[in-house]
Amino acid sequence: MPPREGIYGLLAEFNTPGELVHATEQAHQAGYRRMECYTPYPVEEAAVALRFHKTRVPLVCLLGGLLGVTTAFLMETWIAVWSYPLNIAGRPLFSWPAFIIPAYEWTILFSGLSAAFGMLALNGLPQLYHPVFNAANFRNGATTDKFFLCLEAADPKFSAGETRAFLEQFAAVSVVEVDH
Amino acid sequence: MATKSPIEDPKLDPMIDPRTGEFAVIAPGHNFKSVTQKIAGIVLTSNTPLGWFAGLTFAGGVACLVVVALTWLFLKGVGIWGVTIPGAWGFAIINFVWWIGIGHAGTLISAILLLFKQTWRNSINRFAEAMTIFAVVCAGMFPLIHVGRPWVSYWLFPYPNTMNVWPQFRSPLAWDVFAVSTYATISVVFWYVGMIPDFGTLRDRATMPLAKYFYGLLSLGWRGSTRHWIRYETASLLLAGLSTPLVLSVHTVISFDFAVAAMAGWHTTIFPPYFVAGAVYSGFAMVITLAIPIRKFYHLEDLITLRHLDNMAKVMLATGSIVAYGYGMEVFMAWYSASHWEFFMMWNRMFGPMGWAYWILILTNLAIPLTTLWSRKLRVNVLYLFLLSFVINTGMWFERFVIVVTSLYRDYLPSSWGTYRATRWDYMTFVGTWGLFTFLFLLFVRFLPMIPMSEIRMMLPQSKVRPPGGSDAETVIEETV
Repeated sequence: MPPREGIYGLLAEFNTPGELVHATEQAHQAGYRRMECYTPYPVEEAAVALRFHKTRVPLVCLLGGLLGVTTAFLMETWIAVWSYPLNIAGRPLFSWPAFIIPAYEWTILFSGLSAAFGMLALNGLPQLYHPVFNAANFRNGATTDKFFLCLEAADPKFSAGETRAFLEQFAAVSVVEVDH
Repeated sequence: MATKSPIEDPKLDPMIDPRTGEFAVIAPGHNFKSVTQKIAGIVLTSNTPLGWFAGLTFAGGVACLVVVALTWLFLKGVGIWGVTIPGAWGFAIINFVWWIGIGHAGTLISAILLLFKQTWRNSINRFAEAMTIFAVVCAGMFPLIHVGRPWVSYWLFPYPNTMNVWPQFRSPLAWDVFAVSTYATISVVFWYVGMIPDFGTLRDRATMPLAKYFYGLLSLGWRGSTRHWIRYETASLLLAGLSTPLVLSVHTVISFDFAVAAMAGWHTTIFPPYFVAGAVYSGFAMVITLAIPIRKFYHLEDLITLRHLDNMAKVMLATGSIVAYGYGMEVFMAWYSASHWEFFMMWNRMFGPMGWAYWILILTNLAIPLTTLWSRKLRVNVLYLFLLSFVINTGMWFERFVIVVTSLYRDYLPSSWGTYRATRWDYMTFVGTWGLFTFLFLLFVRFLPMIPMSEIRMMLPQSKVRPPGGSDAETVIEETV
C-alpha cells in the first residue's frame, strides 16, 4: 500500500498525443517505472511507451466461458437424466444435441460477464477517489481533449525537484504536483 | 475503396471527400473539444428542447395503451386476444419476433462492424445499441404475457423449487429463454461498458451537483488511464467477438421455434439464416427511422452524415436480397419437395383467404426496397430513406404475420381449419409497445450520451500519434478516408 499522504506524483499536461508518447518514452528511458498516462481515448502508442502489453482480461473471459459451458451442460444433463426425467416422444433422456443450445448461450453469457466485470476488477474500478482528480486541470481536460503523464512519487527515482525539471524539458502545458 | 465519380461537385460540398467521392464520416473542422461539447451538451444542457417534452408526453400516452391492455389481459386471460385453435399463435409471437429482429441491427453495428474495423459505425453505434435494448424490452414482454399465467413466468428458468419441476431442455421454447435472456444481459453489459468513459466526460463537464453525482457514480471513477484503456479495449473486442455469434444464435433459436415444429411452411432448414438476415434488415430500417429525426432535431448532420445513411442502405440492400432469396427458396422447395402439404401451404399463402398479406409482404419487403436501393441518389435522399424504413418494417412485420398465421389456420386436417382475426386488445398492445419504445428512447437521448464521444475522438485526424514538431498538413486528408 503506497503512503496515503504527501505528494502522489507530478502531473504533466500535453496538448497532443504525440508529445505525450514522446515524453513517456523519454521517462521510461530515464529510468522511471511507476508512471501512468491519462488520455481521453485509447492511445496504444502510450501503452507501448509504458511497456504495458499483456492484460489478463482474455484469460478471465476464457475461464468464464469454460465455466459457463460446463455449468449449463452438466445442469441440463443432471435435470434431464436424474432429477426430472421426462419421456418426450421416446427420445433418449440424455439428448445431448438439444442441450448444446442452452450451453452455447451460457458460454457466451458467462464469458461476456467475465470479460466486462473482469476488466473492471483488473482496473480496480469502481474507485471513485483517485489522487489525480485533485489536480484542477486534470478534471478539465483528461476526459475531453488533454493528455497527461503522471510520474508517481512511489518511484525510487522520483525526487520533486529533479523530476519536475525532467518533465519541464518537454512541451508540457503545465507540470503540477498532485497530493494524495 | 474504389474511386467513384461524385454526384455533386466536391468543390461545392465540403462533406464530400475529394479523393474518393464518398461523403465524409465526420464533417471537417471538428476537434476533440468541439465533438465533446456538442455531444455532452445535449445531455448536460439545462435548456431541454420543448419538442423533447412534447415527444415524451405523446410517446408516454401511447405507451399507456400497453398498461391498459395488459391490465385487462391479467384480469381476463388470453381469451381477449384473437388466438384460437388452430391459430394458437397470433400477435404475441409475431410482435415478439418482429421486435427482437429490430434489436439485431444494434448488435450488428456494435459488434460485427467493430470486428470488421468499420469505423464509420462509431457515430451510430451507441444509439443503435440503445435501440437493441429497448426493442428487447418490448419483445421480451410478449412471450411473458403469452404464457397465460405471467405471474409464474419465472418457472421458465431452471431454479430449485419445492415442486421439483425443471424446464424441458429438448424444447425450442426453453432454448428461447436462454437465448433471449443472454442476449438482453450481454446487450446491457456491452452498452454500459461502452458508456463508462463517456460518463467520465459527463462527470467532469457537468455543472449541476445532481448530474455530477450521478454521472460520477455511473463512471465508476473512470480516469482514462492508459492501462485501463488497454484492458477496456480488450474487453470491448472480446464482447464484440462474443456478441457476434450471440446475435446470430438468438434469431436462429427463434427460428427453431418454427423450424423444429412439424408444420408445413415452418419445417425448413432455411429458416435460421433467413431469419437472421431479415432481423438485420428490419433493424437497419429502424436505425434509419431513429437516426434521421435525431440528426435533424439535434443538428447532428456533421456526425451522422450521408455516408452513414448510404452505408446503412447498402447493408439493407444486401440483407434484403438474402431475404428475397429465402422467399424464393421457400416457393421453390414447396414445389421441389413434392409434398402435398407444402404445396398447398404455399398456394394458400399466396391465393388463400389471407393471400393479401403475402402480397403486401412482397411489395413492401422486396419490390419497393430492392428496386430502389440500387440508386445512390435515393440512398442519400434523407426523406426517401425515412419513408422507406417504415415500408420495410411494415414488410418485416407482415413476414412474421404470414409465417405465423398462414401455416396455422389451415393445417393438415381440413375439418379443423379456422381463421385468425386480431382483436382490439391485440392492436392496443402492439401499438402500445411503439409508444413504450419511443418513450424509452427519448429518455435515453436526453440523459445518456447518444454518440460515443471517446470513439468519435479516435476518428479525428489529430488523434493519431505523430512525433512532436512534425508537420501534419498532408496527413489530415489521408486519415479521414
